[in-house]
Amino acid sequence: MRYLPHTEEDIAAMLGVIGIEEIDDLFKAIPPDCRLHGDLRLPPALTEWELDDHMDCLAGAMAVSPEYRLYLGAGSYDHRIPATVASLLGRSEFLTSYTPYQPEMLQGTLQGIYEYQTLAARLLGMEVATASHYDGATALAEALLMAVRITKKKRVALSRAIHPHYRQVVRTYFAPTVYELLEIPFLDTGLTDLSRIEGAGGLAAVALQSPNFFGCIEDLRNAGERAHAVGALLVATFTEALAYGLLKSPGSLGADIVGGEGQSLGIPRSFGGPALGMLASRKRYLRSLPGRLVGRTKDRDGKEGFVLTLATREQHIRREKATSNICTNNSLCALAAVMTMASLGRTGIRRLAALNHDKAEYLKNALREAGCTIPFPAPTFNEFVVTAPGGFDAVHRRLLEKKIVAGLPLGPYYPELAGHFLLCVTETAGREDLDALAKEALS
Amino acid sequence: MNGPLGTSGLILNEPLLWEQGQKGRCGFSLPERDVPESPLPEALTGDGPAFPDLSEAEVVRHFTRLSTWNYGVDTGIYPLGSCTMKYNPKTNERQAALRGFAAAHPLLPPRLSQGALRLMAGLERDLAEIAGLTAATLQPAAGAQGELAGMLIIHAYHRGRGKQRTKVLIPDTAHGTNPASAALCGYAPVPVPSDGRGIIAPKTVSALMDDDTAGIMITNPNTLGFFEENIREIARIVHERGGLVYGDGANMNAVMGVVKPGEIGIDILHLNLHKTFSSPHGGGGPGAGPVAVTKDLARFLPVPRVVETDGMYALSEDFPDSVGRLVAFHGHFGVLVRAYSYIRSMGPDGLRQASRLACLNANYVREKLKGVLHLAYDRPCMHECVFSDRDQQAEGITALDMAKRLMDYGFHPPTIYFPLVVRGAIMIEPTETETKEELDRFVEAFRAIVREAKESPQLLREAPVRCKVKRLDEAAAARNPRLAG
Repeated sequence: MRYLPHTEEDIAAMLGVIGIEEIDDLFKAIPPDCRLHGDLRLPPALTEWELDDHMDCLAGAMAVSPEYRLYLGAGSYDHRIPATVASLLGRSEFLTSYTPYQPEMLQGTLQGIYEYQTLAARLLGMEVATASHYDGATALAEALLMAVRITKKKRVALSRAIHPHYRQVVRTYFAPTVYELLEIPFLDTGLTDLSRIEGAGGLAAVALQSPNFFGCIEDLRNAGERAHAVGALLVATFTEALAYGLLKSPGSLGADIVGGEGQSLGIPRSFGGPALGMLASRKRYLRSLPGRLVGRTKDRDGKEGFVLTLATREQHIRREKATSNICTNNSLCALAAVMTMASLGRTGIRRLAALNHDKAEYLKNALREAGCTIPFPAPTFNEFVVTAPGGFDAVHRRLLEKKIVAGLPLGPYYPELAGHFLLCVTETAGREDLDALAKEALS
Repeated sequence: MNGPLGTSGLILNEPLLWEQGQKGRCGFSLPERDVPESPLPEALTGDGPAFPDLSEAEVVRHFTRLSTWNYGVDTGIYPLGSCTMKYNPKTNERQAALRGFAAAHPLLPPRLSQGALRLMAGLERDLAEIAGLTAATLQPAAGAQGELAGMLIIHAYHRGRGKQRTKVLIPDTAHGTNPASAALCGYAPVPVPSDGRGIIAPKTVSALMDDDTAGIMITNPNTLGFFEENIREIARIVHERGGLVYGDGANMNAVMGVVKPGEIGIDILHLNLHKTFSSPHGGGGPGAGPVAVTKDLARFLPVPRVVETDGMYALSEDFPDSVGRLVAFHGHFGVLVRAYSYIRSMGPDGLRQASRLACLNANYVREKLKGVLHLAYDRPCMHECVFSDRDQQAEGITALDMAKRLMDYGFHPPTIYFPLVVRGAIMIEPTETETKEELDRFVEAFRAIVREAKESPQLLREAPVRCKVKRLDEAAAARNPRLAG
């Protein structure tokens, strides 16, 4: 096997040094009744070339562009990724290094993550961003656990317009705790019913997604004022980080903690992971933040450098009293995000975000003209809900036969929205594609 | 080659991103606008985040320079104990980047995503077989989330039996993630001291295990590199009092095809795909921490689960006892592809041989460094060995000093100050992919450093001197946090 370098001579020499006869003597400490007798029942080894064929075959059994046209978002977005990002990220100095516990040898990763923390904080309008979390859903769950630690209150209110999977993950994280979750309904506008905040009582946090699961842009400022009035924190989440290239940041609107998904920033969809949990907060909550942080410091000659810092919040020091159990995070994805943010720049990200919005508006209007209904009037970013007389299902089916995946059916998530679909349009869709889709909806 | 690996090349300085660029530059090929502008209400929009504007070449040069300040397992041996920094095969990167995988949307209808689902079903089967257990979930995003999944399953199990328990037994050699994961489920960790041989004695467990204890979390082989020889008896004691046995599989690289944890009393086991199954660690992640369980516990696994009917795969949430969803979608699929590629490349014999050679390499280093450094427990180890700085303390030299000096010799240091049960621990895990020659060079460097510790200890205290920066002041970083520019 080409990954195993030992020759017979190597093995013999090493056994001689150790003073044993054969390798299996090393397993003498394992009692015989703990040993596996027989072989693992696994398929036999493949050569590199056989593996290529096998994997090509598996990957070939997937519906991806350009053969298929996908208008699916819902937490995973189709954005262009510059060749530079894949190339730089593939540098094995980044790819094959470990967590920078020995900072002098990993200044590259550390400066890169420090730059990510900075640009992430700027994007979200917050003062501190962590080195990364697993994904948007777990970042939200951690943000909410953080809120109950900070406020010492036991109830958390989640908007029902938060991604259903995110709410499921929050429920999983909260199930073994004494904390209580309640859901705030959404209105006919597609926005969360903020009037429910006042009456809830004893809230540690109010969590809103913006743009929300239906693509609608929530009134975070109003939500923040109402949350703060009852002594709760506003926790903002998001699935589409690109939106903040165009929209006001959640921090500037009053969010106290932000936890969401950065996949749109240069990370391939990859069937849903790995992606990038982005977690940020106001500086006063720094000691309650879970996960790694990179900080600037100086070396013994006074030269600037970077280290992992504030480890006393973390499990390897604090064990059961840590702010989270997280250890390995999604650093390499954070590096992809900072490379992408740097490639876009302020000029580029604003234009790219505007293009996403405008293309989605174009399709929205075209579908409306084709006789479809856009049920939620609130402004949206690059996703929106559509239905049609008698439901959009027939249109969706018809389009699927033409290898066009026209959105996600919402019925399984919201029974009252049966026949409604969530469509997403990004910069990857050309006008002709959008015209073709709308035309099909008409027929 | 004569002389040490470590040398000083030309190291370039590179400013922070926002200290360069000019407004109006862009390193991204923006698609042409082919639709009319449709502005949002001004109240909703901002001026765009304060990112620097850079050209493509500036971005490339910036991150290329940064990369040269890094050391990866492609650069050289990375003997971090309990981290299993083995070679990360390049073919795995090719497979994960295949368009059918990399561009796949996680909510594709099942009939349009059969390739990914079949791969996941295959990997679940393979990992369950290696673990000696029945069913597996691929959702956990990292080892620590695998532990959380396991603790949630234990929590759901006890709740289902009508009486929740309050404590979990955790050996003193455990990773910090173990108590932190138990605490997330409201369990108070009860430390279990290891005995004079570095393992857990049944009578210790017996004295601690009661009807209020949910189970035990046990790493086997443990972080001292020893097999927990009493595991069957320990499992029997825990099971007898109605508890469950959680196996932390962080050190599974020692025993693939040698021991099946499910056959020796483990009920739940997580595996670190970024350790044992060769997926790269990426400077801190992403990893993946799949969890395998017994037949009885399968009903608690997270949803959605991959199900098969007549050769067609689908995802199902129809498991009413499930602990729920752990991540937004199906786990770190890109990492799963790499692990699947690795298992297919190795085959059953290759995996077993990898474990055998991992143990051979660790014992070779143990033998060669014995007498150079103080060996915490003088007996054969599995995949890693633990030394300490005891014999250097007279000169006032610490494990940290030796670790930093290793950098000057061109090696990544081992894990230090862990496990906590060994004072000044130096924990070495070479892995199976290192050659005898590389191990010899590493050992020689350590010998030279121990000599220096006696003859010119200042060299160690001042180390490193050949990296981009000299020793960094970590205390100052924590005292006055500067976390964003």
